[in-house]
Amino acid sequence: MKIVVAMRQIADLVEELEIDSDGVDIDREFVKFVSNEWDEAALEEALCLKEAHGGEVTVVGLDEVDFDQSLYGALAKGADRAVKLTGDFDGWTSTASRAAILASWLGENQFDLVLTGVQAADDLDGQLAGILGARLGVAHAAVVVGVEPEGDKVKITQEIGGGTTITSLAAMPLVLGIQAARQAPRYVPISRIRASMAAGGIEEVAASGGDNIAQPKVRRLYAPESKGGATMITGKPGDVAAKIVELIRSKGLINS
Amino acid sequence: MPNNTSNDVVVISEKIGGAIPDATFELLGKGKEIAASLGGELHCVVVGTADGSDALGACDHLHIVEGSLLFPYNPQGWEDALRGVLAEINPRLVLTSTGTVGLDLAGSLASYLGGVAASYVVDLAVEGSSVICTSQLYGGKLMAEADLGDTVACLSVIPGSFPVEAGRGSGSAAVAKHDHDSSNVSMAHVSLNEPERSGIDITAAELLVSVGRGIGGQSNIEMVQELADALGVPLSASRPIIDQGWLPKYHQVGKSGKKVKPKVYLALGISGAPEHLEGMRSAELIIACNTDAGAPIFEVAHYGTTVDLFDLVPEMIDLVGS
Repeated sequence: MKIVVAMRQIADLVEELEIDSDGVDIDREFVKFVSNEWDEAALEEALCLKEAHGGEVTVVGLDEVDFDQSLYGALAKGADRAVKLTGDFDGWTSTASRAAILASWLGENQFDLVLTGVQAADDLDGQLAGILGARLGVAHAAVVVGVEPEGDKVKITQEIGGGTTITSLAAMPLVLGIQAARQAPRYVPISRIRASMAAGGIEEVAASGGDNIAQPKVRRLYAPESKGGATMITGKPGDVAAKIVELIRSKGLINS
Repeated sequence: MPNNTSNDVVVISEKIGGAIPDATFELLGKGKEIAASLGGELHCVVVGTADGSDALGACDHLHIVEGSLLFPYNPQGWEDALRGVLAEINPRLVLTSTGTVGLDLAGSLASYLGGVAASYVVDLAVEGSSVICTSQLYGGKLMAEADLGDTVACLSVIPGSFPVEAGRGSGSAAVAKHDHDSSNVSMAHVSLNEPERSGIDITAAELLVSVGRGIGGQSNIEMVQELADALGVPLSASRPIIDQGWLPKYHQVGKSGKKVKPKVYLALGISGAPEHLEGMRSAELIIACNTDAGAPIFEVAHYGTTVDLFDLVPEMIDLVGS
């Protein structure tokens, strides 16, 4: 089975995000970019599928900030190929453009399954799995928490809310937006990532197909106005703890 | 009439088993307003089963597509059925909510229709010939106001963004039944799987101690479990804790977990992603602890602190245990 994992970089949400001088994008200069956490889940599921059923795992994505690190990490974890689609990707790339570029590359490469993260935090214009599926003209499903090959088909399980899931049997090729893998993404020691970097192995291909793609035009990016929000409790941890316990007690929920 | 579309608005009903979700009524209410601003009409499309569709009378046109491959849900079948109906309506705007249906289909339908998609939408307006949407990005840390232009747009809207009541109505929608040719659908339904049952019911608790990504690692769960035990209440969690396998699924609060409404919800190390807020924002009193003063959880919390939970929780255990 040939599995392609489409991965991407995203601003680290742990950091404070500033708006750039144009007011329509984040200031990318001082922000740390990390691998999209749901794409890491997609990679993990792909590696688990390979280990259980055999096959080949190829990781592909646009040449975004620090994407090499994510690719080397994927190779260190067990991916067979790492492909970087080169071009000018220093700014925000719409999901529609990303899908068009990936579809162009996938058109030249065989695949049975494409796995990608169910979403990314800056998916202004839709999620990749669905748009990529449409671009390729193949079936797709999102919010996937289970992938199990069954003969020449795949049994997929999607969350539909409230803890309920739904299982379907789908023919390949198929594009899946992974919500969670069967296990948490594996840890890979830095020594193995370094070894992977020393070995090289990232294939570079010029990105194509992403021009003149319709997308929403952002006219303002801004921090949400506070609607009042929380009354902040400050002080030493002991004092804050006492206040919180008092609040809980005021609701009659602590007996003592 | 821009870009050869009509000015009509379509709401996709998202009933997958069970009842029609409130999110669909929210979309009907807002869709009616937007359709009026555009000078178009409001359609609602029901796929799979017509059961319960009497409640969808707020629209002008109700479209029902039934078929054996469409019930209860089949992403490929629904996409195929919706493409057929949307081709007939030729809408300006298609509204879904940010649930499984929206995540599955808003983008693909936009692509097939040759339009644009927009996600995480929390507000919508019409300005001249343009539809303007506001989306919540970066986990709720930033808002993006975007012009969708005059092409067809397929949106997924975060539930809770619009009033539910405005979309309830038993009007006299014109009902159209559509045949679905399933020859293009290879995906088949296997099973609908109810959530795992356990002795822990977080929906029944009056006080919940809830833990999020800020707990850092599985070994630290024990500390917050100790606090929950000291208070005699269940421990609940946000999505990352479940995905990491640190707690079983039945502890999860949020869109894909349980919706809870306790008297007090103590959120420890939870940032407040929209999917989590959807599951707990109705709690009577929300107290949040997060070292990031800009965390969205503080927008819905009544009380908050930026004290490190690793300093706070032991102090609380001492106080409650004493």
